[in-house]
Amino acid sequence: IREGDCAVLKRDEVFKAVSVLRRRKIIFEKQWFYLDNAIGHIYGTTFEVTSGGNLQPKQEGEETTTEAKEAGTDNRNIVDDGKSQKLTHDDIKALKDKGIKGQEIVQQLIENSTTFRDKTEFAQDKYIKKKRKKYEAIITIVKPSTRILSTMYYAREPGKINHLRYDTLAQMLTLGNIHAGTKMIVMETCAGLVLGAVMERMGGYGSIIQMYPGGGPVRAATSCFGFPKAFFENLHEFPLSKVQSVLCGTFSAEPEEMPLLEEESNGLSEEKQQETEEEPAAETAMEEQDTMDISAEGVELKDSKEKENKENVREKQMKQWERRKKLKEAAALLREKNADGLIVASKFHPTPLLLSLLEFVAPSRPFVVYCQYKEPLLDCYTKLRERGGVINLKLSESWLRNYQVLPDRSHPKLTMSGGGGYLLSGTTVLLEQGRAEGSSSQAPKLEEPSSKRCKLQEFPC
Amino acid sequence: MSFVEYGDTIKDGDTAIVFLGHESMFPVKVQHGTVTQTKYGVIRHSTDLIGKKYGSKVTCSKGGWVFILHPTPELWTMNLPHRTQILYSTDISIITMMLELKPGSIVCESGTGSGSLSHALIRTVAPTGHLYTVEFHQQRAEKAREEFREHGVEHLVTVTNQDVCKNGFGVSNIADAVFLDIPSPWEAIGHAKSALKAEGGRICSFSPCIEQVQRTCLAMEEYGFTEINTLEILLRVYNVRTISLQIPDLGKAAEDNSSTGFDSSSPSHQDSLCANLQQGTVQFKSGVPLREVVGHTGYLTFATKS
Repeated sequence: IREGDCAVLKRDEVFKAVSVLRRRKIIFEKQWFYLDNAIGHIYGTTFEVTSGGNLQPKQEGEETTTEAKEAGTDNRNIVDDGKSQKLTHDDIKALKDKGIKGQEIVQQLIENSTTFRDKTEFAQDKYIKKKRKKYEAIITIVKPSTRILSTMYYAREPGKINHLRYDTLAQMLTLGNIHAGTKMIVMETCAGLVLGAVMERMGGYGSIIQMYPGGGPVRAATSCFGFPKAFFENLHEFPLSKVQSVLCGTFSAEPEEMPLLEEESNGLSEEKQQETEEEPAAETAMEEQDTMDISAEGVELKDSKEKENKENVREKQMKQWERRKKLKEAAALLREKNADGLIVASKFHPTPLLLSLLEFVAPSRPFVVYCQYKEPLLDCYTKLRERGGVINLKLSESWLRNYQVLPDRSHPKLTMSGGGGYLLSGTTVLLEQGRAEGSSSQAPKLEEPSSKRCKLQEFPC
Repeated sequence: MSFVEYGDTIKDGDTAIVFLGHESMFPVKVQHGTVTQTKYGVIRHSTDLIGKKYGSKVTCSKGGWVFILHPTPELWTMNLPHRTQILYSTDISIITMMLELKPGSIVCESGTGSGSLSHALIRTVAPTGHLYTVEFHQQRAEKAREEFREHGVEHLVTVTNQDVCKNGFGVSNIADAVFLDIPSPWEAIGHAKSALKAEGGRICSFSPCIEQVQRTCLAMEEYGFTEINTLEILLRVYNVRTISLQIPDLGKAAEDNSSTGFDSSSPSHQDSLCANLQQGTVQFKSGVPLREVVGHTGYLTFATKS
């Protein structure tokens, strides 16, 4: 773990993404601490929070097993009178305030529980686990990955990622055949999580064109991955609102008109929007102040201001030029219409996105669309069939079930269904000219009747 | 063509997927002078395939046509010749993500089986990673080697013919991840641990029975693995259908008709009702689950070495 790293804190099943900085207070699970002591340790190290918010690496095998191996067989004589714990709330608080180790508090709780010895072995186990969870503050620092970040987002902020569950994201990456060296088109409004997952699987090889709505792409989750700079060199972005113009071939004219327009209106409104996403907010604020200064006190400090102004303008022009260059590059990449796949996971209706963006994908390539709801994908399925140029369409959903596996106590933990979203996937094929007559007569052959489609995937056991 | 790199046109020696219709496809090895029989007629490789673009429609001798697709690990999984029970893409996808695989990862796998998972692993770790796969059945190991060569991925994989429970993976301290799909995974946990890098890594074991999982979890705990987590993933596929449901006749039409003479204030309402009744049905789109689906493949147990 080095200073400046992006890391993820883990306590039991709860995660939090942080950047490692010295003397910076971090609040996690109702506790505060500094990460200074974690620097230099390897990822996966477990720490204990001590008083003053310092982290102390936890030694292994330190776990004290209660010597009380006495246990009851059932709970017929255990009565819930609320008096089994002899320590009061205040006692416990006092213990905590004294800075006593969590482990010892747990031990005290056990010793002062009148019913503990009568509990069954399993119940004792459960009791200890529960108390440990509460009083022993153990934090593990792990390296960010799609596994960890997608689990974290689904648990903490499912709304931000359109309730895309991590197993569904895993399906997308596989169905989309995402791998190094490909040219992918990604359209997502999942805080950049899907983009990050795609980038991780491509390992910096190949290129990604991110289509974005509004002023710029959101990459809050992407930055949690801590990708090296090189990964961003072949990451392009392109505004969704200009897709139509690229498809019609009217796009190229636009950038040439833009400078004129921008100069007239002082060219800030549109540009600033983009900047807030790409650059630190501070820079934008500075620029804003500069422009204000120019109009207000421009006369007094004319000389120096003018100089600054010129530099400022030049800098701005450079940025504009750079941005336009990147935009042109992205447009050129799209215009080749040879992308190796399309990934869509957004809050928008998927049908128009698919119908337009599939134009940019080469034949015999996979595409995957995520939607939180099934109905829009039903519509999308129908429209894609009408359009043609796609085969192997599949509407699916995955179910995930977690298990508790303990000797004599194995059972499913919790079912997660419904909430993970739906996927529509398929493969592109060459869209032929004059397919209208062809497809109307031949389509029935390709679209097998329902009885045939129901055929179960072969599954020899 | 290669399983790790897209190509535009079909070349001699490629493995291509012939797509006949819904879920009906098969792989072909493209060779000059060879022909392939389909239910729509003959495909002549030299004229019908070689030089054509992947994703093209190819007309067969009887006038029917098929699509020729570029191979991917997922298409291969659906079409490969079974030598054993295989893992399907749903399990493969969660395995790949939970093992944190990416370009450059070093992975150990056992057994190789029919190579369904192997192809997916190789695709993900290419171009800088490597797969060490161990298969104790000599014939299967040979066949897998041959396939990897044909598919242009032999440089990314090493197939070893030995018993993983006795002799391990043949490598130590180099793997980022280990995957086990063998009858007694608990006997290989120690070898898995020594194959993983000193600084840690991830492990996954696939078992159909809970008793196997139980023993594996105990072994993992014994060897100091943490974050032990068992899960199961199932895929539900839906058919998209237009459904029409009949409107029941509750005798309302007759009643309404009889009242027409007396009350003429809402003719439009009656019109719409009549139209509906004449049709007698309501139509809507629905995603209908398949009649029979896969209910269980296996439990996946993941853990971390740290």
